[in-house]
Amino acid sequence: MTQPLFNWDSLILRDRVHGSLYSDAEIFNQELEKIWYKTWVYVGHETEIPNADDFVMKSIGPQEIIMTRSGDGEIHLLLNRCAHRGNQLCLDPCGNRKVFVCPYHSWSYRNDGELRGLPFADGYEGVDRSEIGLAKVSRVASYRGFVFGSFAEQGPSLKEHLGGAAEAIDRLAMASPEGKVQITAGFLKHKAKANWKFLVENETDGYHPAFVHASIFQVAKSGIGDLYSSKSTAVARDLGNGHTENDLRPEFRRIGRPMGWFGTNEQRLPDYAAKMRAAYGNDRANQIMIDGTPHIMIFPNLFIAEIQIFVIQPLSVDETVQHVTALQFEGALDLNRRLLQQTMGSVGPAGFLLADDSEMYERTQRGVQARLPAYNYLGRGLHRERRDEDGYLVADATDEVTSRGIWRHYRQLMEAE
Amino acid sequence: MNAGLDRELLAEVSQFLYLEARLQDAHAYDEWEALWTDDGMYWVPANGNDIDPETQMSILYDNRSRIALRIKQLKTGKRHSQTPPSRLGRIVSNVELIDVAESEIRVGSCVQIFESNARADTIWAARNEHLLRRTESGLRMAEKKVMFVNNDKALYTLSFLI
Repeated sequence: MTQPLFNWDSLILRDRVHGSLYSDAEIFNQELEKIWYKTWVYVGHETEIPNADDFVMKSIGPQEIIMTRSGDGEIHLLLNRCAHRGNQLCLDPCGNRKVFVCPYHSWSYRNDGELRGLPFADGYEGVDRSEIGLAKVSRVASYRGFVFGSFAEQGPSLKEHLGGAAEAIDRLAMASPEGKVQITAGFLKHKAKANWKFLVENETDGYHPAFVHASIFQVAKSGIGDLYSSKSTAVARDLGNGHTENDLRPEFRRIGRPMGWFGTNEQRLPDYAAKMRAAYGNDRANQIMIDGTPHIMIFPNLFIAEIQIFVIQPLSVDETVQHVTALQFEGALDLNRRLLQQTMGSVGPAGFLLADDSEMYERTQRGVQARLPAYNYLGRGLHRERRDEDGYLVADATDEVTSRGIWRHYRQLMEAE
Repeated sequence: MNAGLDRELLAEVSQFLYLEARLQDAHAYDEWEALWTDDGMYWVPANGNDIDPETQMSILYDNRSRIALRIKQLKTGKRHSQTPPSRLGRIVSNVELIDVAESEIRVGSCVQIFESNARADTIWAARNEHLLRRTESGLRMAEKKVMFVNNDKALYTLSFLI
């Protein structure tokens, strides 16, 4: 009875994808149903609402989500819509509230979503109040403080969804002497007139930095350019489930300098280095400080980029917001300050790096409107794809094994019932 | 207004702000950079105007060496978001002397910037606060704070001089 709306065989090939995937509004609507309102999507971090009754405004795609912590410490993802007549319940970006009161007719809700009160209650005789409340994202789960939500009542667990990406989050947390990531620096919101998938693909595209970021590599002393050269020993990896990474550890290990991944050395971060050695022991601390933090795109919307995270929010087929903030690590004051400084320089609307990435997002969005060639070619490094010791598909640092992995997973989701 | 109505100073300061605006619109990078003192701080906050830039993300929080880096990057010709450069026209108005000391003048103003580039035509609006210092070579900027009216919202790329 149901006929497939799209011919995926002709849209997504092994080494190319059709331009309409980025520009067709009907495909975008399908993505909302099959991806954004179904699979696990990153929403926020527990450290953004550390205390009972804290809340912060978040999103899943175009949906506004109020992330709350109720008095019992539990985290809830509530939709921002009064159950009465649909009024937007909350306009504040964050705060502390036990109760959300709708300004329209003063219906009130507890911060776990339950209805608390309705004025002039005699008008609701016989109504079962337990049936009326704020809508909630069906499943909420967190991994090391990273909170994800899924609108599907059933499906793979968050752990299953994360798969090989969980290890990268573990690795990230180890950059803290306390083992804890903090998201406390507030977000820049950077808008691009482009489809969200251009952003997702670009995050682990090791081919573009040498060209898109040539201007800053030319004038700033930065080793980033060398990490993504054709001589780099770094690898691009398809972790499955749409998650992809640029594993830079081979390069950092070759250089072998603690904190070299951050373009510095431990002499300039004496407090941090001492705490790391005390926490992990000399050898392990050395290894952590040489290896650095991961560069991983967790499908569909969490990009951990060594020193910052990006949260990708599609608003429409050709409009996307990148929410970006500096990573902060518990117990690492001197490091945190530098992380913030470096992040502010790199990202956001005026960033040395991201202004130019976003320029490319917008130009590719306009570019794919051209009728021909009908496909983008993503075949770089196909001939040298190989399996690593964990069985993941890898290729050279600048290869498009990552994009191919993203599209393979995307197709599975879009074809699923 | 503790500065009184010092019309001469107001005119001098206004002329300085108009000069800065014209250099920015014309992408006269070296001339604009020369308007800074050696300890200049250039700040564009996000999510409000009174955040702590040492702990919270700003759109831009440049010390003098980072201002220099920004200019160097623009001058490579490979800063794609400014290649070709945005076409710009800005109006500076509502100039007020906020605080006048012997060698430093704090001045408030409003700016509206019309930007035209490949994406679209965009209007930016901000309140600016400059700390100007009197030096041997004339007035120079020791601080500039740009407070976008909509800095709590998602913003498109703005890599021209603001």
